[in-house]
Amino acid sequence: MTDAAPSPPGPDVVISVRGLEVAFGDHMVMDGLDLDLYRGEVLGFVGASGAGKSVLTRTILGLVPKRGGTIEAFGHNLDHLTHQEKLQIGERWGVLFQEGALFSSLTVRQNIEVPMREHLKLSQAMMDGLTAQKLHLVGLPQDAADKYPSELSGGMTKRVGLARALALDPEIVFLDEPTSGLDPISAGDFDDLIATLQKTLGLTVFMVTHDLDSLFAICNRVAVLGHGKVSAVGKIEDLLQSDDPWIKAYFHGKRGVVRAGTRAAPSPAPHTA
Amino acid sequence: MSVGPSVVRDVEGDELVLSLSGDWTVANSAALEATADSLIEPARKGGDAILDLAGVNRMDTAGAWAIDRARAELAEAGVRASYRGARSEYAVLLKEAGYQPIEPPKPTHAPTAISLLSEIGESVYTAGHDLAEGVSFFGEMVAMTVRLLPFPHRWRWTSMTYHLENYSLRSVPIIVLINFLVGAIVMQQGIFQLNAFGASAYAVNLVGVLGLRELALLMTAIMIAGRTGSAITAEIGSMAMHEEIDALRVMALDPLEVLIMPRLVALVIALPALTFLADLAELAGGLLVSWLYAGMTPIVFITRLHNSITTDTFLVGLIKAPFMAITIGIIAGVEGMDVRGSAESLGANVTASVVKSIFMVIVLDGLFAMFFSAVNY
Repeated sequence: MTDAAPSPPGPDVVISVRGLEVAFGDHMVMDGLDLDLYRGEVLGFVGASGAGKSVLTRTILGLVPKRGGTIEAFGHNLDHLTHQEKLQIGERWGVLFQEGALFSSLTVRQNIEVPMREHLKLSQAMMDGLTAQKLHLVGLPQDAADKYPSELSGGMTKRVGLARALALDPEIVFLDEPTSGLDPISAGDFDDLIATLQKTLGLTVFMVTHDLDSLFAICNRVAVLGHGKVSAVGKIEDLLQSDDPWIKAYFHGKRGVVRAGTRAAPSPAPHTA
Repeated sequence: MSVGPSVVRDVEGDELVLSLSGDWTVANSAALEATADSLIEPARKGGDAILDLAGVNRMDTAGAWAIDRARAELAEAGVRASYRGARSEYAVLLKEAGYQPIEPPKPTHAPTAISLLSEIGESVYTAGHDLAEGVSFFGEMVAMTVRLLPFPHRWRWTSMTYHLENYSLRSVPIIVLINFLVGAIVMQQGIFQLNAFGASAYAVNLVGVLGLRELALLMTAIMIAGRTGSAITAEIGSMAMHEEIDALRVMALDPLEVLIMPRLVALVIALPALTFLADLAELAGGLLVSWLYAGMTPIVFITRLHNSITTDTFLVGLIKAPFMAITIGIIAGVEGMDVRGSAESLGANVTASVVKSIFMVIVLDGLFAMFFSAVNY
């Protein structure tokens, strides 16, 4: 390992899912799903609401029990981990939950320091310093550090969640709808931040999103979830050519075509008519 | 495979060159911090310094922060430090994820004596505030009852029935069990202690009067404060946390009417009913012990019970029950509505709800005891 410069998206698979089956009662949510996540790529994950995108993320993270199939992360089968390996993998991935999932009884600073405190040997000064840096990275003012989660807006909660996910400089970051609820400027900053981290650290990102701008701007590949399987995966340009009716509707619908600059103007409001 | 961070010092002309190498990553956290600290000291002596990053194998945001902090601290000491030879992506990282000056967290602790006094003052004030809040809440409930009385269709019968089942029917096993045991224990101790005076037969009076007037009600009310009061606070509190109560308000619905009223009514019906069962269980416990332990036949027990108690003895206990129920319901409701954002606050309010309910139940029982003695009931 002499040169660890971030390699371009290549065949180095960090997470591999094979034949995944997840069911709630009789309802099959995942039915033989295969998926590979390559090192250093940003994989966007789309699918209809309720198709099971969050379930897949949670299954990979081990929060939802699966009925069949295998999941490997960093070459380890997640079913056969020793306690030590579990701890190590916990340090190597970071997760931003949809609602932030901040610890409500801790301040922002304490929230970000939880993973550092539990996994690393650092002085309090260095942890405070790294927290300040992470807050700056995600675009939060320093005076947010002593606030409690209940005092934060939705967008700030997301950013703190991301700062916490990045606290250990993980290799993979799972983002569940990171830009939903953010204003377009913040969402753009969020995209820039992910792109910067990917370029500089070789960060691998698994991103569930409905934000078409994010998909176009930073995703190297996009996977589409349908009927419990990955129905299509590839570069976004390839998906745009797809004949699948759902994919067509997704990317070429009213909201999608804005990319081509052909979006119809909204019909005028009654009082202006 | 991972090489710890290290630094080599060298002098080029009048410039100090610090050549960094190895992995500057968070995985080497302890070494990272120590090495970064060691960057600062020798360079302080003056002159300019160059941080040569060409040998850095890997760097992450923690590494970038540590290196950039050294630069910032040197700058503060008047040493101009610059980077050299950094890979392009690391140069970006040093810029984006660099050192941020932090404000030290404000000290929050006042001197012990002052904070002790201020906390005492605060709790006295809070106690008064709680009382006022409880009374005003009670007033609102009374006003609402009067307002709703002519409109039976506006009472939430479904919700009331649901809560009534939860509070009464599902509490029956535990209430009957503890009161049976209390009756048995009082009977056993009564027989045992009174035996010294040859008066063990009077243990029946003890169980009859003490049980019906005080114990059955107290045990039941305390159990319900713990079981149902806590549940009410937790339910309402979790709704308050998730903006459900705000949602009701913007629909022009009164959360007190929708959430508190049905629970309060259910509680006012449930507690007397449970107290009645508790009375029976307590007497049954006494009967069983007197039979097995003292050899008193059930017929004798019942005859003695007849001589020692009247309907009034039984009614004294029962009359108090609805007041206890209102107290528990009001406290649980006030505490629930008072929950703020965090999980900690929910826990604190549920605790407060149970502690205050039990305390008030006992205080109220004492007041009733004085009242009933005064009116010779």
